[in-house]
Amino acid sequence: MSIAADTSSARRLDLWWLPRAAILGLIAFFIFGPLANMLLWTVTERWYFPHALPLDYGFSSWARVFAPRGNAMESLLNSILVALLTVVASLSLAIPAGYALARLRVPARAAILLAFLIPQAFPNLTVYVNIARLFYEVGLNGTIAGVVIVHTTHGLVYAIWIATAAFAAVDTELEEAARSIGASALAAFRDVTLPLAMPGLMASAIFVFLESLDEFTGSYFVGAPDVNMLPLLLYTAGAGGNYQIASITALLLLVPSIVFMLLVERFLKADVLARVGR
Amino acid sequence: MKPSTLGLLLTLPALAMVVLFFLVPLAASVVGAFVVGDHFGLGNFTKSFELYTKDIVFTALIVALSSLIVGVFAVAIGGYLTLGENPRAVALLRWLYRWPMFIPFIVVGQILRTFLAKNGLMNNMLVASGLITPLEAVSFLDWRGIVIAFVWKQTPFVALLVAGAMASVDRGTIEAARNLGASRLRILIEILVPQVATTLVVGLVLSFVTMMSVLSVPLMINAQSPTMLTADIAFRINAYGDYGVANALGAISLAITSCVAWIYLRQTMRERA
Repeated sequence: MSIAADTSSARRLDLWWLPRAAILGLIAFFIFGPLANMLLWTVTERWYFPHALPLDYGFSSWARVFAPRGNAMESLLNSILVALLTVVASLSLAIPAGYALARLRVPARAAILLAFLIPQAFPNLTVYVNIARLFYEVGLNGTIAGVVIVHTTHGLVYAIWIATAAFAAVDTELEEAARSIGASALAAFRDVTLPLAMPGLMASAIFVFLESLDEFTGSYFVGAPDVNMLPLLLYTAGAGGNYQIASITALLLLVPSIVFMLLVERFLKADVLARVGR
Repeated sequence: MKPSTLGLLLTLPALAMVVLFFLVPLAASVVGAFVVGDHFGLGNFTKSFELYTKDIVFTALIVALSSLIVGVFAVAIGGYLTLGENPRAVALLRWLYRWPMFIPFIVVGQILRTFLAKNGLMNNMLVASGLITPLEAVSFLDWRGIVIAFVWKQTPFVALLVAGAMASVDRGTIEAARNLGASRLRILIEILVPQVATTLVVGLVLSFVTMMSVLSVPLMINAQSPTMLTADIAFRINAYGDYGVANALGAISLAITSCVAWIYLRQTMRERA
């Protein structure tokens, strides 16, 4: 009896796998299909309708992207330079502000925290248009500095909110202990609080780096056509019908996003996460 | 120095950055929308409505439809992650659904453009597998392409929020409903969704705002008419240097977003009262 019941329940489970597998397969197709399409284009030499797959494979487009004189190499270096400068600028603003918001009595604290959210919470296209006009008058348009300023303003919410949470998660007593054995306020901060907050600060740096790497609209209005960056290269290559260059650029943008996101999960501990935005 | 003064002093540089490089240009944009020649007037708005009424309606509809679909998918994913009975299928879905979240909008635009085109991989696969003939292949690079791109990119984000909120719903209620014979769909609609409604709405409002300001997707997938306001603004600036109409279109898009934010705020206020 019991064996018969077991096999019948097992058979019922098997039947349930049919719709499950169909739906999961459909989801997988729609998520990985476009990605596979991109990967195929990066190694395609010849591919036209109605062939389901490329006719010739090769790496000639990679050679063109990484040729030292190519526009792509310049875009890659510019993008990385801008992203690194944006991280430096954001963190040098966010570390003092985050410390103050976590530890000191700051008037209108909630309003200040919300203020950093504004650049993310409003449609920002017209803002960039107006910044571009403003920057044009002071000579910042089409410069690396101009793009870094725009990216920093946009990424500041991650820098400040996560830095604030990271400092709030550091035990105050450790700092007080350092002070009581004679460390100055600055030394206690440098030797005790800052190292303990470091994983959280790393996570905020990663968010800012990725925001900067992927940012298109601001780079388009403030940077183009003088400062070439990866998203702009991707756009022009795609618009010009060069799917190989566009897909390789897309891959260059996508790989750091995925790698860093996996890293963030290790840096952002639950005690910091629970304090974000408080 | 008083600690509160020191605190304010340390936050001041960061605050100045946001005020100077976001709030001031935002104000300039709203004021600029009303400047015609050298006096104030509504000229830019009349011109905007004359030229772009179709695109304004198109934008609002596209973003609203995308939000709706994102909401349905997010609830379905969150619901299965919470109520799914097969641990392997749940784990597979959990691993699967997050991928698009990590992919930048500009990359989403490019890869979906190659995927959804008439000669893209999707049609090629369907033709190769004999499901359709080459003549039946359809390009999705119009309003459908934009909706698909938005849904593709935004669903994981909202699903993540919704699944997190559903996970913290009291299991006891769900078990009780199950024991009384309620189906999983009924539990999802009558127990889980009402309890995570606030999180769902917050996620959808955030998505709505994000979609309203994305420029790369409409430029890459559907730059012909009708298109989204962001593409029109870029066109007004690049082709005519017409800041007046661009600012007016920006103000209109801000007004649409404000409507959504207002509905959301009214909702949360009512819940608290």
